[in-house]
Amino acid sequence: MTAATAELPLVASSPIADESPARLALRRLLQHRSAQVGFVMLLLLILTALFADRIAPFDPLLPLENVVRRSTPCIHLLGCAADQPQHLMGIDGNNRDLFSRVVYGSRLSLQVGITTVSAAILVGGLLGALAGFLGGWPDDLIMRALDILMAFPSLLLAISIVAVLGPGLINSLLAIAITEIPVYARVVRAGVVAVKDHDFVTASRALGASRMRLLFVRVLPSSLTPLIVQGTLGIATAILSAAALSFLGLGAEFPIPEWGLMLGEERNSVFNAPHLVLFPGIAIMVTVLSFNLIGDGLRDALDPRLHH
Amino acid sequence: MLSFIVRRLLLLFPVLTGILVVTFTITRMIPGDPCDVMLGEKATKAKCKIFKQHYGLDKTIPEQFARYMLNVAQGDFGTTIRDRRAVSDVIAERLPLTIELTILATVFASTVGILLGVVAALNRNSTADTATMVFANIGVSMPIFWLGLLLAYFFSLTLKDTPFYIPPSSRLSPGVSIVPLAKVWGLQNLKGFQRFMLLLVSNSAILNALLTGNTKLLKDALWHLILPALAVGTISLSVIARMTRSSLLDVLGADFVRTARSKGLRERLVIYRHGLRNALIPIVTIIGLQIGSLLSGAVLTETIFALPGIGSRAVEAILSRDYPVIQGFSVLVAVIFVFTNLIVDISYAYLDPRIRLK
Repeated sequence: MTAATAELPLVASSPIADESPARLALRRLLQHRSAQVGFVMLLLLILTALFADRIAPFDPLLPLENVVRRSTPCIHLLGCAADQPQHLMGIDGNNRDLFSRVVYGSRLSLQVGITTVSAAILVGGLLGALAGFLGGWPDDLIMRALDILMAFPSLLLAISIVAVLGPGLINSLLAIAITEIPVYARVVRAGVVAVKDHDFVTASRALGASRMRLLFVRVLPSSLTPLIVQGTLGIATAILSAAALSFLGLGAEFPIPEWGLMLGEERNSVFNAPHLVLFPGIAIMVTVLSFNLIGDGLRDALDPRLHH
Repeated sequence: MLSFIVRRLLLLFPVLTGILVVTFTITRMIPGDPCDVMLGEKATKAKCKIFKQHYGLDKTIPEQFARYMLNVAQGDFGTTIRDRRAVSDVIAERLPLTIELTILATVFASTVGILLGVVAALNRNSTADTATMVFANIGVSMPIFWLGLLLAYFFSLTLKDTPFYIPPSSRLSPGVSIVPLAKVWGLQNLKGFQRFMLLLVSNSAILNALLTGNTKLLKDALWHLILPALAVGTISLSVIARMTRSSLLDVLGADFVRTARSKGLRERLVIYRHGLRNALIPIVTIIGLQIGSLLSGAVLTETIFALPGIGSRAVEAILSRDYPVIQGFSVLVAVIFVFTNLIVDISYAYLDPRIRLK
C-alpha cells in the first residue's frame, strides 16, 4: 500500500481500488477452498490423460495372455507375490488390465466433457445472443422452440436422440450437446437483454458501430461470467450423461476404454468381481467432482454480491 | 389463485403441441423407409403399399401430423413392432413402477435433503456443516448407476444373513404377486380410457396393495424399492441440501428475521415460521427441477435392479429399433415433466402471493 492511499483509509481498505475485477475474481477463486481441491484433482487428471501411455503398464485394448479373467487386483506393496505381474485394479472380463483402461479413460472423459460443452455453448450462445439482441419475433421463435427441448428431461431427450441417430460414441455426444443447447441460450440471452440498453451500448451505437460489433464487442462479453460458471458445471453433467449413455449400451462401443462402458460391461459381475465396478465409478466421480468444485468456486468468485 | 391456474393451463397447449411436433419429427427423421424398418425382412412392394395405407403414410406430412395428433389425443400410440401390442397397454403395464420409484425417491430426497440443509445452515461452519456439504458435493458427482450397483452389493451381499438384507433385484419376491383389480372388482368389460386407468392403478403394486388391503404385497413392494429409491434420490438429495442451506442462510440474514428475533420470538419459531417458510421457494423450485433428473435416474436404475418400468423397456426398444414405443414413451415422459412443472408453479403461487398477482 502506498503512502498516498494510506491517507484515504476508505478507499485503501477496499480491494477494488487497486485490483481489476478479473484479478480480484482470480484471487478469490484461488483462495476458495473447494476450488483449490477441484484444481488439484483436475490437474492430476489432466496429467494422467496427457501421459496415459507412460502411466498405463499395459495396452488398454488388447487382451493379456496368462491372466485369470476378472481376477482381483495384484499389488506388490499389499502382499501380492513379487513374481506375478502387478495389476493395480485387477483384470476385466476380457482379460485386459483394468488400471490401464481406467487411465486411458481419462483422455476420453475430458475430451467428451469439453467438446460437448463447447459445441453446446457455441450453438446455444449464438442462438441466445441473437434472440436477446434482436428481440421481437425472432426472440419468441428461438426461445419457445428451445423451451420445448427443455420440456424433456435432458438425459431422456439424449436417449431419444440416440434412438434416432443410432447408438455410438459420436452420436451420443451429439445428443448430449443438443440437450445442453437451451441452457446456454438462456444464460447468454439473459446477459444480452440485461445490458443491451445500457448507455455504453447506446454510445457505441451513436458512434456508428455496426450491429455485429455491438453484439460481439459490447454486449456479449457481459454474458461471459455466468457462461463460464454454467460451462464448468456443464462439463460435469456432460461427462455423467455420456457415461450413462455408454452404460446403457447407447454410447461408446467395445473395445473403447470409456468408464461408463466399463461399468456397463461388468455390471452383472458386481457380486463376484466388485473391483471391476468400483474403480471406473471412482474415476467418473473424481472427474465430475473436480469440475463441480471448480464450478462452485467460480460462481462464488464471480458473484458480485459476495464481494466484501 | 384460480385465474393463475387457468392461465398456466392454457399455456400448456403450445408446449404440448411442441412436444408432439418434436416426437413426430424425431420418428420422421429415422433413416430409411419406415416400412422397411417396421416390417423388416417381410417388406415387399405390395405389403409396403398396404402398410403405408394402413398407417396413413401415403398422405401428406400435415395430414399425417393431424392424424398423429388425433390418435395421441385419444390415447392411441400405435402398436409395438416386437409383439404387436398396443403401446398404451405397455405404458399401463410399465409406467406405474417408474412413477412409484420416482415418488419414493422424491420423498426421500426432499425430506432428508431439507433436513440436512437446515442442520448445516443452523450450524454454519461446524463439523456437521462441512460434513454435509462434502457429502453433498460427492453426492452430485456420483453416477446413479454406479451408486445403485454399490448399494446392491452392500445390502444384498455384505449384509446377507443380517436383518438389514435388502434384495438387489426384481420387483416382487417369488410367491408374491399382483392380483389384477379388474378381476377383483369384476370390471373386465371396461374400454378405452377407463380400462387404461384401471390397468394403471392395478399395476401399481403399492396402490393395488392399499386398495385390496394386501399388507404382504405392500411390504414386499416397498422393500424391493428401497435400494433403487436410495440410488435415484441421492443426487437430488445433495442438490436439495445445498439449496436449502444457502437459501436458509440468505433468509436468516434478512432484516425481518432480525425484527422477529428482536421482538422476542422463540428461536424455533423464528427459524421455522419466518426462516424456512421464506426459504422454501427456491427449494421448491429445485425440487421441481429435480423431477426430470429423478425420472432419468429411474430409467438408469431400472436396468440395474431388473425392474420392469418404462426405462428398461425404452432401452430395449431403442436397441431393437421399436419406434412406436420410443415415440409413445417420449411423449409420455415430456407430458409428465410438463405437468410436474405446472404443479411446482402452482405451489409457488401458494407459497408466495406476489407471484399470483403478477
